[in-house]
Amino acid sequence: MPRPDNIGDAGESESAVTLGRFSGALLDPGQPTPAGLVGPNGKKADKRYNVYRNNVTVGLIGALFDIYPAIHRLVGDEFFRAMARSYVRERQPQSPLLFRYGGDFAEFLERFEPVRELAYLPDVARLERAWLHAFHAADAPPLDSAALAAIAPEELADQRFIAHPATRILRSRFAAVSIFSANRSGADLAGIDPGNAEDGLVTRREFDVEVRSLPGGGAEFLLALIDGGTLGEAADAATAVTQDFDLAAAIGAMLEAGAFTAIATRD
Amino acid sequence: MTDIPTWRDGNANADFTDRTIPARAGAGLKPSHIDQILQDDYRIGFLEVHAENYMGDGGAPHRALTAIRQNFPLSVHGVGLSIGSEKGLDEEHIARLKRVVDRYEPGLVSEHLAWSTHDTSYYNDLLPVPYDRATLDRVCAHIERVQDVLGRTIILENPSTYVQFEQSSMSETEFISEIARRTGCGLLLDINNVFVSATNQKYRPLTYLSQFPLEKVEEIHLAGHATDIDDEGDPLLIDAHDRPVDDEVWKLYDIVIGQMGPVPTLIEWDNDVPEWPVLRREALRAEGILEKRSANYLLGSRHAAAG
Repeated sequence: MPRPDNIGDAGESESAVTLGRFSGALLDPGQPTPAGLVGPNGKKADKRYNVYRNNVTVGLIGALFDIYPAIHRLVGDEFFRAMARSYVRERQPQSPLLFRYGGDFAEFLERFEPVRELAYLPDVARLERAWLHAFHAADAPPLDSAALAAIAPEELADQRFIAHPATRILRSRFAAVSIFSANRSGADLAGIDPGNAEDGLVTRREFDVEVRSLPGGGAEFLLALIDGGTLGEAADAATAVTQDFDLAAAIGAMLEAGAFTAIATRD
Repeated sequence: MTDIPTWRDGNANADFTDRTIPARAGAGLKPSHIDQILQDDYRIGFLEVHAENYMGDGGAPHRALTAIRQNFPLSVHGVGLSIGSEKGLDEEHIARLKRVVDRYEPGLVSEHLAWSTHDTSYYNDLLPVPYDRATLDRVCAHIERVQDVLGRTIILENPSTYVQFEQSSMSETEFISEIARRTGCGLLLDINNVFVSATNQKYRPLTYLSQFPLEKVEEIHLAGHATDIDDEGDPLLIDAHDRPVDDEVWKLYDIVIGQMGPVPTLIEWDNDVPEWPVLRREALRAEGILEKRSANYLLGSRHAAAG
């Protein structure tokens, strides 16, 4: 019979390996193999237990690799793996949905000393996180321009909109959108000044996630609308920071991007 | 435009047929294969997905799976329930699994005899449980809870293991048999896992299989494994799912099918995923064994009936 050789009615003795003890050493290479784990015929279990350690670490690094491909390409494979290993030891997923893992990877990058000089990296990571959010977001039809055209001109300024579930806005002190876009399209960073502040809009009309950079005032405009403000209020917010804000172009762009799903009905 | 994926034509409100899994070969579904699978002249018997990959709210994954489900029978394989957890199951996760099952109406729903979550940390690996009374009671209670919520039985997969727990008081086959007896769940026999565990734990795979309740097996998994060595330099096999099925595992599969008759059989290939034709070739190899044994099996039954 394929029984462990140590069969005997050990019951729940004090030597029982709790799952807490089993998991406690998984991500801490300084800890010994938990006592109570063995191989067959009294064989040692160090390399055996290390299989689990390796599976967990490599698996979670792989998850970060899938979520942050631009960061991976920007810092290189070897560096990314070492950096991800540090993160994995600090932070484990809090959900079996791996695409939710690494929510604070951008904050980790901000304080991870070896990448301090790549100050744009955290915002590129935030953009990748927003991209993944949009990829999995609920389906919803984008706002139809006909619906907006049907509004009487004098009532337009009072309209409010419902944001599409995929829509996210990222405001960056760096050229995060250009760096992200160049990276994902396989281009290098030539011609990009990382110090140029950029605002990005992430949307998904149907299945393809789109990332575009916003002109001056664009982020204020869209954030005001997402917050439930009226079109008039949003235009005011944009004009306050950018005097020559082009309202007609902004409305056209928001429709084209599918940033909103419907006009909010009046109370 | 020729590069628009086939799955975009899928109807999000379609009705599904094919509610049972045929006793043929299937493949683990990889997003990179979806178009080829939908366009292939070879109609694979069924496809299997990891439930957790379809627990997002919407977007391309759901549309693609809808297109697959409209064309093929589907089985749903959970990897995140952590059935062996010490601190109870995550009710939210069971509810998510139910949403996937309700939406896609799979022929089979499976999970693992393993744990992956402790406290709030999810380790993304199938970690082993001790085979003792307390764990048995807990695992049975958890499976009953899942079956209650889903409103159907699930099938439980035997693990690949690298260590043993000193506190274990029964064999793996005794443990699994007792779970199936108490909860009424079916079993998923992973023959690669049997071979990996048997090598690592120094018993004969055929002995294990002779003690496994084959009458409760509703699906078989086949996959490739990697080879390492343990502390004493003996072979230590790793359940890697990154290469073709090993010839020794094919031999065991042939024996099991000879004994059981045809059973839905899945080829798993999750890492270093090859092009679709490579995975299809593995499925065809399984199908060849199923067909050969099916002929023998029917002949055998007829002889038995005539005799």
